[in-house]
Amino acid sequence: MSSDTVFIAFQANDDTRPIIEAIEADNPEARVAHFPAMIKVDAPGRLVVRRESIEERLGRAYDLRELQINLVSLSGNIDESEDEFVLCWN
Amino acid sequence: MNMPAAPNGPKKLSLKENYALLTRGLGWDTSYEDMDKAFPLDKFEGIRIHDWEKWEDPFRLTMDAYWKYQGEKERKLYAIVDAFQQNNGQFNVVDARYINTLKLFLTGVSPLEYAAHRGFAMAGRNFRGTSARIACQMQAIDELRHAQTQAHTISQYNKFFNGLHDPGHMHDRVWYLSVPKSYFEDAMTAGPFEFVTAISFSFEYVLTNLLFMPFMSGAAYNGDMATVTFGFSAQSDESRHMTLGLEVVKFILEQDPANIPIVQRWLDKWFWRGYRLLGLVSMMMDYMLPRRVMSWAEAWEMYFEQNGGALFNDLARYGIRMPKYHDVASMEKHRLSHEVWGIFYNYTHAAAFHTWVPEQAEMEWLASKYPETFDRLYRPRLEYWRAQQEQGKRFYNPTLPMLCQTCQIPMGFTEPDDPTKICYRESDYRDNKFHFCSDGCKDIFDNEPEKYVQSWLPVHQIYQGNCFRPGVDPTAPGFDPLAEVLLYYGYHVGEDGGEYLDSPDRRNWEQWTGKPAVAT
Repeated sequence: MSSDTVFIAFQANDDTRPIIEAIEADNPEARVAHFPAMIKVDAPGRLVVRRESIEERLGRAYDLRELQINLVSLSGNIDESEDEFVLCWN
Repeated sequence: MNMPAAPNGPKKLSLKENYALLTRGLGWDTSYEDMDKAFPLDKFEGIRIHDWEKWEDPFRLTMDAYWKYQGEKERKLYAIVDAFQQNNGQFNVVDARYINTLKLFLTGVSPLEYAAHRGFAMAGRNFRGTSARIACQMQAIDELRHAQTQAHTISQYNKFFNGLHDPGHMHDRVWYLSVPKSYFEDAMTAGPFEFVTAISFSFEYVLTNLLFMPFMSGAAYNGDMATVTFGFSAQSDESRHMTLGLEVVKFILEQDPANIPIVQRWLDKWFWRGYRLLGLVSMMMDYMLPRRVMSWAEAWEMYFEQNGGALFNDLARYGIRMPKYHDVASMEKHRLSHEVWGIFYNYTHAAAFHTWVPEQAEMEWLASKYPETFDRLYRPRLEYWRAQQEQGKRFYNPTLPMLCQTCQIPMGFTEPDDPTKICYRESDYRDNKFHFCSDGCKDIFDNEPEKYVQSWLPVHQIYQGNCFRPGVDPTAPGFDPLAEVLLYYGYHVGEDGGEYLDSPDRRNWEQWTGKPAVAT
């Protein structure tokens, strides 16, 4: 698997705070960068967004497709299921 | 969605099953008419598709979820637009120079959103694979939404600032807007596979981060709440579009090895076309945002050299290499914005936005971001212009420039290995000579000369007398052709273009806000 950087960027707001926290918890190698109005998370090779981790922080059921409301951009091949949204380079 | 499912009810479909039913179950083959007649355009480009079932959508967005989330995005956006208007948010930007980025955006980019709507509607009609059709259809709806939300949001600025009154009319006529217009029309007049490779992959996946991410962060940093909001609302769709682009290219490459050289040539062509178009973004980042987020060179490194590099490493297994002349683009990153701003400083009297010389503190920022080039090559020119202006001789270039036959930008770019020498290339075709700003643009012409000899070059059109309003008599005594062209463009002459410091926008800003014309 390549260790080239994948990234995902969200609007900086209250909706995305628990998402960013969940990503940080599930991806120890992820680096979070703050821009005006935007947060960008870089990770080497692979980054996973887990539904359960978000639900734990949010205190409600979460559909990963809700990510799209606050998504700004991403880079990498995507694999999406009910439980995980994965970005990776092969 | 929190309701527990009935214990003995029908099993809830998984996301993948649900999406498969939408994209596979709803398609059918024609029986009383040949499929090649129903889909007449998806073979002539030479792309060989053996099995459309192999198409994999990464975002499995079903229609119920699409409408739900898109509706939520709209409600968020329009709530903010209301608040913005009710609170005179247009006066909260850092200074009125900033508004010129919106003028460029509304006349140069928003019409491309509408063009993308048309283009994806056509591409969706022309693919015989159902999944590809549905992905294109959703994108066509998204793009129409973007054109509409941008017009709605920026309309508030049109009540207070000049140059925003007729973007559609200008887009179809104005010299520098022929750059984005011809770019998109070039893609739309290709076949459906080239169109999606050009727009979804080369533009959206490889280059669009360079447009939207600095632009939206720049808007936020300069106090423009409305633009941040429409920008991010559009950008949230963009992630889906980018992903479609990557999927399209991987799908085509996996279908047949004969597709590889065709796709590689498209990637070479559309990388260079897109890069030239983004010259407008480079000057916006380095010169037009009063508060700067990052330099063009930094954005190029982050979003093209790093991310684009990772992307092309990923595609190497198909036999795809980096686009031709990517190294030239990287060599030019320390000069691009300065050259483009120079062109617009020359011709701002014929533009629908203002230009200016950066303040001393801004020049310090430019020098720190461009240590190898700015003080040596560009600061002396800007200081000369400033000195001329202080003597009442603000420089405007009264002649019309030669345009590149491919990108249609005035020939102001320099040799890859010498930033002090203008780059000229030419090709002979059918007893005519055609001129180009770069090897990249010349290659594109040489591959498809029959297409590019038809380019509607604004300067040629002016000289041929095609850019005057109906009924105007060019033989009348005292006829001023260039003044007439500005009226044909739909400008309010004396208000829309020219030096910022001399503009009504500047005077209005000071009077209405009590804030300085140039923020310090």
